[in-house]
Amino acid sequence: MTRRGIESLVGLFVLAGFVAIGYLALKAANLAAMTVGETYVVSARFDNIGGLKPRAPVKSAGVTVGRVAAIALDGKTFQGVVTMELEKRFAFPRDTSASILTAGLLGDQYVGLNPGGEDDNLAAGDTIRMTQSAVVLENFIGQLLYNRAAEGGSEAKK
Amino acid sequence: MNFADFLPRLGRWALGYLYRLGHGAFFFLDLLKNVPASLRRFYLVVAQIHAIGNYSVVIIAASGLAVGFVLGLQGYYTLSRYGAAESLGLLVALSLVRELGPVVTALLFAGRAGTSLTAEIGLMKAGEQLAAMEMMAIDPRQRVLAPRLLGGIIAMPLLAAMFSAVGIFGGYVVGVLMIGIDPGQFWSQMQAGVDVWDDVGNGIIKSFVFGVTCTFVALLEGFEADATPEGVAQATTRTVVISSLAVLLLDFVLTAVMFSTPR
Repeated sequence: MTRRGIESLVGLFVLAGFVAIGYLALKAANLAAMTVGETYVVSARFDNIGGLKPRAPVKSAGVTVGRVAAIALDGKTFQGVVTMELEKRFAFPRDTSASILTAGLLGDQYVGLNPGGEDDNLAAGDTIRMTQSAVVLENFIGQLLYNRAAEGGSEAKK
Repeated sequence: MNFADFLPRLGRWALGYLYRLGHGAFFFLDLLKNVPASLRRFYLVVAQIHAIGNYSVVIIAASGLAVGFVLGLQGYYTLSRYGAAESLGLLVALSLVRELGPVVTALLFAGRAGTSLTAEIGLMKAGEQLAAMEMMAIDPRQRVLAPRLLGGIIAMPLLAAMFSAVGIFGGYVVGVLMIGIDPGQFWSQMQAGVDVWDDVGNGIIKSFVFGVTCTFVALLEGFEADATPEGVAQATTRTVVISSLAVLLLDFVLTAVMFSTPR
């Protein structure tokens, strides 16, 4: 075979390989649907972030509007600081509240934004003041048991 | 066998093993030194990618399709017990991209391309072609071995990606077309669960490491083969055995390093 023939066959092979990598990245891993366009950063402080992970979606009304960029612990207040990248085309009022929600009963956790009514919008670097922590199932069950026991105790006294 | 006899034998075995290991390491460094020179004669590398890569496409694609089919069937059987049959896409894609793609491709590569490299170089040595090259002041490591190493390293990640892509298609055929899972669920679960860098990227890093390992083992065994028909036969066998074991052990180490710490 001529050198040119071999080279074009190898070119075909390499191209097929790159197409396969691109297919895996785009079709299987959905690189394209990551963050599109420019983003701005806002942060929120939560007493408990539960099982929230970096790159979890940030949703408003169920629509993904951004991603969690980083999670850190504030050493003074011992609150979890969640940094989020929101898409620039979505602007939220300053009194928007953030809560950590769970997709389905045992699904992955995400940040839900509830827009408020103020005229001013959140700017880059702002902190969301109103937050609601993640529901930790163990605490929830513990509370339920405690209430049950308290009820039982008061009934027994009667 | 008495104890006085046993001790020196053990020592000889250990020293021989260490010697082979050290020899292999130096040989590898020697080859790396010759890689830049082979970049200057890139057509040699291209010819090797053709011999190693192009001819392996058919077996890689066929195996990928078969593995995808089986993953689809077996995965559906297990997942449907938990009422999670829609996660089949995620299961197929994650197992292919993270583990099966790189590993099975490397095992097939060792059998398909590694053996041919060992046999080719072993016969070149038996036919004293390598010695003849040295007589003409051509370093066979530069002219023969380095382009093959580079070709193997380039070809392996591409082959592994093809394997995974074809495998996912196989899983789609069985899961969606045959069993009847909702195609939207199939793809969206997959896209939500597979990460570009953590899963696809690490899979490519894995197959790159396997490419270096398999090609290097094949070249070393060929170059060190006894210059007899039996010697070449034994070297070819050792290529398959050593590269397969090395791939499986390395895979465990790499998986432990890459994936053991969920964030």
